[in-house]
Amino acid sequence: MYLKSFSPAMKARPTVKLKPLALFFAALTVSGSALAWQPDRPVEFVVTSGAGGGTDTFARTVQSIIGKHQLMDKSVIVSNKGGGSGAEGYVYSASSKDDPYKLTFGTNNEYLLPEVGEMPYAADDLQPVASMAMDEFLIWVKGDAKYASAKDFIDAAKQNPGKMQFAGSQSKDTDQTLVSMIEETTGTDFRYVPFNGGSQALVQLAGGHVDANVNNPNENLGQWQAGMIKPLCVFSPEQLPKGEPVYEGKGWGDIPTCQSQGIDISEYRMPRTVWLPAGAPKEAVTYYQDLLKKVSETPEWKDYVTRTVQTSQFLSGDELKQYIDDNASTVKKVFEQEGWSKS
Amino acid sequence: MNNLSLLMDGFATILTWNHLMIMVIGVMLGMLVGVLPGLGAPNGVSLLLPLTFTMDPVSAIILLSCMYWGALFGGSTTSILFNIPGEPSSVATTFDGYPMARNGEATRALTLAFMSAGLGALAGVVMITLLANWVAQFGLKFSSPEYFAVYFLAFCSFIGMSSSAPSKTLVSMMLGLAFATVGMDSVSGGLRLTFGIPDLVKGISFLVAVMGLFGIAELMVTTEEGLSFNGIKSRIRIKDILRTMAELPRYWVSLVRSILIGIWMGITPAGPTAASFMSHGLAKRFSRHPERFGKGEPNGIVSPEAADHSAGTSALLPMLALGVPGSATAAVMMGGLMIWGLTPGPMLFITRPDFVWGLIASMYLGNVVAVILVLATVPLYASILRVPFAIIGPVIVAVIFTGVYQVANSTFDFWLLLCFALLGYLFKKLDYPVAPLVLTMVLGHRAEEAFRQSMVMSDGSLTIFWSNSLVTTIMGLGALMLVWPLISKLVGLRGWRQRLHRQKPGDHKPSTPDSRA
Repeated sequence: MYLKSFSPAMKARPTVKLKPLALFFAALTVSGSALAWQPDRPVEFVVTSGAGGGTDTFARTVQSIIGKHQLMDKSVIVSNKGGGSGAEGYVYSASSKDDPYKLTFGTNNEYLLPEVGEMPYAADDLQPVASMAMDEFLIWVKGDAKYASAKDFIDAAKQNPGKMQFAGSQSKDTDQTLVSMIEETTGTDFRYVPFNGGSQALVQLAGGHVDANVNNPNENLGQWQAGMIKPLCVFSPEQLPKGEPVYEGKGWGDIPTCQSQGIDISEYRMPRTVWLPAGAPKEAVTYYQDLLKKVSETPEWKDYVTRTVQTSQFLSGDELKQYIDDNASTVKKVFEQEGWSKS
Repeated sequence: MNNLSLLMDGFATILTWNHLMIMVIGVMLGMLVGVLPGLGAPNGVSLLLPLTFTMDPVSAIILLSCMYWGALFGGSTTSILFNIPGEPSSVATTFDGYPMARNGEATRALTLAFMSAGLGALAGVVMITLLANWVAQFGLKFSSPEYFAVYFLAFCSFIGMSSSAPSKTLVSMMLGLAFATVGMDSVSGGLRLTFGIPDLVKGISFLVAVMGLFGIAELMVTTEEGLSFNGIKSRIRIKDILRTMAELPRYWVSLVRSILIGIWMGITPAGPTAASFMSHGLAKRFSRHPERFGKGEPNGIVSPEAADHSAGTSALLPMLALGVPGSATAAVMMGGLMIWGLTPGPMLFITRPDFVWGLIASMYLGNVVAVILVLATVPLYASILRVPFAIIGPVIVAVIFTGVYQVANSTFDFWLLLCFALLGYLFKKLDYPVAPLVLTMVLGHRAEEAFRQSMVMSDGSLTIFWSNSLVTTIMGLGALMLVWPLISKLVGLRGWRQRLHRQKPGDHKPSTPDSRA
């Protein structure tokens, strides 16, 4: 009986109707690519996180920019489907194959979730449209912790193998993967405690119940401002752009890279990605690529990226596919080492 | 006091016609989403969010928070009138609110609920005003073992809630725990009990279960009993509302106890749902007439409502003071803060005092506006019960199905709803209590998570639950609640029990014994 919800029949119709129209337009206009496909009904933004999460803010920012600059004629409906670490949203989109009206917002968990768990969708049930920004990862410790640098922290961990605790968002997610990579490269042994989302990992650190977390900048900014926690190093190839000082004269640009601190991970980032169900027409993919490209060029987008300390980097097409392949293979290696891969 | 002068500045910010109008609109919209089961406050607030993108942050947060208050009030309305909780946190209100409405006292039930809810909310805001800094620090003391202890306490204070056989209560609790495990296990990352059905990946929504177990099952029983709501009163008079307001002071013991529970659960943040269940359980435990509960006992309405609202209000404090959402709705509002260009966190009090104190001031005013608006609509809602069942019954069914679809836009949930309706009907026929199932289904997942996180932290040693004074105290209270019925049974002396009962509330708070004595 549950098969009913799978039926793509009712969603497929407008697409069929549209195709000849699109071809007609393409033939008429010389530079017709922008006109080739247009939504003719509201577009659903499927958000693979609960309301208020990082992915939610990402999608709603895009929505507000599209609205403000009137980049799309049809309206946008945002639906939050964050159950099962975002799997709910991906399953939902994957089950409406060919449907160009389900623009799905996520991270790299789209292709990582099916690697570790028996998911009712496969990574290629969705096709990548664009990656709009890279979110950074840092090592954070409590504001009054005795470690002055990441080096101190790692040294302390070496002396207490298996004792020091990292709080993270979920199990076998980007956070735990990073912690495993740190263990691997530095020869340390941490205890990883999965909480429910970055904000809980933050409270546990601020309250001194765990020793560290690897939250994204935006998740911890407010508490750093208050000096409750402090960053030790950032997993990016070079230091972050110099911004306004956050706490006691120090700003994002003053945080050393983890590599310079002896943790040999030059780059660990999380892409903010946008997807469509597999089989959605190429013209629709192109349409959304152009749309999101325009979004990424607005001042509001720059503002969002600066405020959340992400790196704006627009990837689409082959570039994006290449990135996903590289990223997936790096992470898969860790999964195999840790024995998380479903076999 | 510094906080008070800042609060006055806040009032100065919000006392404009523009903001007052936003408040009224917010409350009305909130009541609407609260009344519609399944829509709920978090969904309602996220639906409104795009509208606020162009507003200034103070107006925007007033709109959203007032919608939240409205939704909390609206959720109680359907609980009382139709046994359908509009919000998870108003489930406990159905236990006594619905029986009272069926006894023909819908106006009294609604008025009691709204008034105690309003009082609870105001108490929460006063606490925020006076104790913001200190309380926020207290919340930081909570880690996984403490959370588990709180849930343990909630479960224990609930045992003995139903008059059914203990073994039946146990069966019901275990079923609830089983339903709570469906979906992704956040500690191991694996999927459990999904049987390869994609729609089960997200887990079983608590709202779907409740609407089946309470709403549809209730309709089935009503239909069987002859297609009518019993005891519909001939007239609804304003006098009834006023008289009920006058009787409210009689329940002050329950009110104070529930408000304290609510504030505590809101800050920690175990949430309004746990708070309302717990205070209903405790009200029954400490009552001199526990047998009246479940049949329309006023204390059984006042307690969960006051706790629910004081918890709902207090849940905004961790958001403001720490940048940590205390409830699902607070999480949505925090997302809003970021889009408006504010950074939630401890520094918000310093960088944007106009915003923070404007919000706090709007909580005072917004709740007063909400109470006045909902009281004004009591006659309207109560008169719904006078519509013949043959008309209202199908309407309720339609509303429930719409609500269920709203939860996740999934038709699969319809089938789940029907399964739960059958289960609820069976439970009623076989005299199994539904409440324990609902309780464990709501809190089971979080309790399990907290337990397993504690086990990871302690390397599998149970001593973590006695590792500091805070967690030991809560666990001890829980254990006491658990064996309480046994103790009183063993001693078997009713007089002894009554004496003890008189002393007991005094342990909790500095107050004198039951004023009704």
